[in-house]
Amino acid sequence: MLKIRNLHAMIDGKEILRGINLDIKAGEIHAIMGPNGSGKSTLASVLTGNEAFEVVEGTVEFNGKDLLDMSPEDRAREGLFLSFQYPVEIPGVSMTNFMRTALNEQKKYRGEDILSASDFLKLMRDRKNLVDIDSDLTNRSVNEGFSGGEKKKNEIFQMAMLDPKLAILDETDSGLDIDALRIVANGVNKLRRPDNATILITHYQRLLDYIIPDHVHVLFNGRIVKSAGKELAHKLEENGYDWIKQELVE
Amino acid sequence: MNLSEHDISLQTLFDKNRAFIEKGAASGVNLARVKAAEAFALQGIPSNKVEAYKYTNLQPWFKAGFEQAYGLNGYSADDLKTFECNVHELEAHTIFTVNGKFVEGSNGDALPDGVVAGSFSELSKKHPEIIEKYYGRLAKVEADGFIALNTMFAMDGVFIYVPKNKVVEKPIQIVNVLTGPSDLMVNQRNLIVVEENAQARVLFCDHTLSMSRFLVNTVTEGYVAESGMLDFYNLQNQHNGTVQVGGYYFDQEGKSQLNANYFTLHTGITRNNIFSRLGGEHAENHISGLYVIDKNQHVDNFLFIDHAVPDCESNELFKGVMDDASTGVFTGRILVAPDAQRTNAYQSNNNLLLTDSAKMNSRPQLEIYADDVKCSHGATVGQLDENAMFYLRARGISKEEANILLMYAFAYEVIEKIKVPSLKEQIRQLVEKRFRGELDKCDSCVVCGQLGTNLIKSN
Repeated sequence: MLKIRNLHAMIDGKEILRGINLDIKAGEIHAIMGPNGSGKSTLASVLTGNEAFEVVEGTVEFNGKDLLDMSPEDRAREGLFLSFQYPVEIPGVSMTNFMRTALNEQKKYRGEDILSASDFLKLMRDRKNLVDIDSDLTNRSVNEGFSGGEKKKNEIFQMAMLDPKLAILDETDSGLDIDALRIVANGVNKLRRPDNATILITHYQRLLDYIIPDHVHVLFNGRIVKSAGKELAHKLEENGYDWIKQELVE
Repeated sequence: MNLSEHDISLQTLFDKNRAFIEKGAASGVNLARVKAAEAFALQGIPSNKVEAYKYTNLQPWFKAGFEQAYGLNGYSADDLKTFECNVHELEAHTIFTVNGKFVEGSNGDALPDGVVAGSFSELSKKHPEIIEKYYGRLAKVEADGFIALNTMFAMDGVFIYVPKNKVVEKPIQIVNVLTGPSDLMVNQRNLIVVEENAQARVLFCDHTLSMSRFLVNTVTEGYVAESGMLDFYNLQNQHNGTVQVGGYYFDQEGKSQLNANYFTLHTGITRNNIFSRLGGEHAENHISGLYVIDKNQHVDNFLFIDHAVPDCESNELFKGVMDDASTGVFTGRILVAPDAQRTNAYQSNNNLLLTDSAKMNSRPQLEIYADDVKCSHGATVGQLDENAMFYLRARGISKEEANILLMYAFAYEVIEKIKVPSLKEQIRQLVEKRFRGELDKCDSCVVCGQLGTNLIKSN
């Protein structure tokens, strides 16, 4: 589904990603872990097309298409989704209007019929239940006045609405209490299918108790320095990242 | 001061036509012309050397070369039948004016007992006591050359009187149409009086129907007596060849409420002089505006809130979205009198500049002579939020659509202030269409409705 080859990216003249290689297949869940400043969020931003970052080298193929050549909106329409680490508040744009516009634009791009008003509202209701989000939240402006936990739940709600092929969850667990974490994890698990995939970017192992990854990668200094199964996450939790740094030096 | 050539040409025009102008007008209105002519001789049309008009120089426009609109200029009520579109009509009492002149019979709709709404020319003669009490009381001829000019030439407009304890539930909608084959100067005069504990909603829709150049100098006086309530809306959708000076002078007595909302969706040059005097304790007002302009359009909102007595509250919110080389001005002057304690006065002006060539001048001016007051002001000029833009695009929304969503979101705070739900929805749609570049003349009557069946019957 996703093929990243030798990806280098920089911001303000500083190279953050220094040759990422990663393959993700349909049906898989990948966890990307790493210390602060290792480039985890940059990877998410570059994949979704944030123009603040400049790709200087490498290729990314998404379902056979050149991802880096597409605008952010086309990447989303091709089925890529980012759960933002810091969701943006947009006063004056209602959640309902936002989701209807997004869903319809995606459907138009794919040549599908747009949803009728009643079908859309039905879908909203259905997906709200999935992430246990307050009915009231969707009547408000996008993220405006939402608590940290509500914002994260709202990201998963949007993911449920848009039904992406590949979802990147950028530190969705940070700032969540254990109940909200369970709800978020539960939502992600329910949305899992053999034809979609998920990248979990996280600093801590806790989320991985609820969403079991197939692969765990450690990102350090802009490179993936270690890849293994889910047991790697436990080892990181117990021993921190220092042993990896040690291994690299040796 | 020395009058300009243009000012002198206007004086000559007045002198030549004075007999015609005064014929059939109420004596109180004619009496006011004497002082107005004197005041005009002292001021003339303000140039940009006058501080209040620093960013909008109207002097070059106002001259006698423009034909004065003394009548309907050959326009008949029948012609208004073309002013129809297949859109929903606002549930309202609708009145038409053409080139500043009331259209006979267009107020056929039944109003609550005792409420009058119709021709200023006719009703000012019928109600001399109201003219004597209110006419020119707040729009003082010596304060501004435009008021003086209007008071000299004023012949007609709209007169609305709501007696004590009466509530006019449906909005009274005034459709001001500018039209005709030749360029015109229009000096329309309106008077709105809302008596004690009475309530009214008044909507002015300003339109152009022909491509002639129009020079408009309107004065509207609005009096809200104790515990009265006035909702006032002005929707402006005029072509680029329009220069409009709209003077709105409100006087409020104790415990009264005023909501005034100004929407400039299209214009050439617009100057709104919005004056509000809080003259009785516990009076409150909310004045807001939204201007959406592009090309070379220019909008100047000049507000003066006079807190004359203690315990009053005023709120101002003006927002602008400016594209291309359009220019905007906002001046928010708040005066708190020495003993006007416990005054709350808030003011905010926010602007979205979509290009490097769009320009905004924003001036808060607070003059506070009391010591126990809460006053705040804020002015911002900025661009669309890039983070919000990326967030929307990352969900599959195109850049163009995201632009519209964000501009609309910016404007929404003002639209939200509209108290009539059906009107709010219609203006919401109009603003959205404006952002999409789809607003045309036909859409403007989404708000202004169609010619009432009463008028067609009366012909």
